[in-house]
Amino acid sequence: MIPWFAFPAAILFAIGLYIGFFVAPTDAQQGEFYRIMFIHVPASILSMFLYLIMAGYAALGLIFNTRLSAMMATAIAPTGALFAFISLWTGALWGKPMWGAWWLWDARLTSELILLFLYLGFIALHASIDDPRRADRAAALLAIVGSVNVPIIYFSVKWWNTLHQGSTIKFSGTTMHIAMQHALFTMLAACWLYAIAVSLARVRSIILERERNTTWVAELPEVRQ
Amino acid sequence: MISLDIWMRENPLTYVWFGSYAVTLLVFAIEIAMVKHKRKITLQQVRLMRNARNGE
Repeated sequence: MIPWFAFPAAILFAIGLYIGFFVAPTDAQQGEFYRIMFIHVPASILSMFLYLIMAGYAALGLIFNTRLSAMMATAIAPTGALFAFISLWTGALWGKPMWGAWWLWDARLTSELILLFLYLGFIALHASIDDPRRADRAAALLAIVGSVNVPIIYFSVKWWNTLHQGSTIKFSGTTMHIAMQHALFTMLAACWLYAIAVSLARVRSIILERERNTTWVAELPEVRQ
Repeated sequence: MISLDIWMRENPLTYVWFGSYAVTLLVFAIEIAMVKHKRKITLQQVRLMRNARNGE
C-alpha cells in the first residue's frame, strides 16, 4: 500500500513546485517571498492534523487497549514533529523579510512551538519506558492532554492580537489567485500522501519489532529470506 | 545580518528555494532514509532471533 501513497506524493510535489514557482504570479505586496506559503501552510496544517490523529489513536489504544492504535500513534509522532519543525523553520524564513525578525513571541508562533515540544515530549516519554504497553499508556495521556493546544493554535489569530495573519482560505471563499490556490492544494495533497506513506512504513517496523516473538512474524516472506 | 538582509532582497527566489524547499526536501530525505534503515535493522533482528530459535 505504501507505493500507492509515496509515488503520487512525489508526483504531486513536483507539480505543486512547478505551479508554485513558474505559474503562480508574483504577489503585489510580498513579492517572491510569499512562495514560502506553498510549503509553510501545508506543513502547519499537517502538524496540527497529525497531532489530532495521533492523539485519537492514542486515546483508542488507552480506552480499548488496542495495540495497533498505540503503534499508529507512535509511528505518526516523528512525522508530525518534522512537519511542526518545517512549519516553524519556513515561518521564520518568511517572517524575516516581512516582519524584520526571524522569531516573535506571537501567540500563533508560540503555540506552534509548544506543539513541537509536545511531539518531542511524546517521543521522549515513549522511548524512556522499557515496557511498550506502559510506554503506550503514559504517552497516550500526554497526547490527549496536549491536544488542547491544537484549537489554541488555530484560533490564536482570532483570540489575541497577533502579527501572524488570519486564515486566507475560509469556508465562505478566498480572494487568493487561482494559480496560488492550485499550488497550495497540490502541495497540501502531496504532504498528506507523504505523511501517510511514511507513517505506514514506520508502523510496519514497529509491528515487526513488537511482534518479533510470534510465529506469524517468523513466517513472513521477508523474514524467511 | 545586514548583508543577509540585502542578499535576500536581491535574490528572493534563491532565498525561498534554498531556505525553505531545499531544507524541507532534505528533511524528507533524512526521514525516508531513517525509516528504511529502521526497517532493515528490525528485519535483521527478527531474522537473527528466528535463526537462534531454529538452532536450539
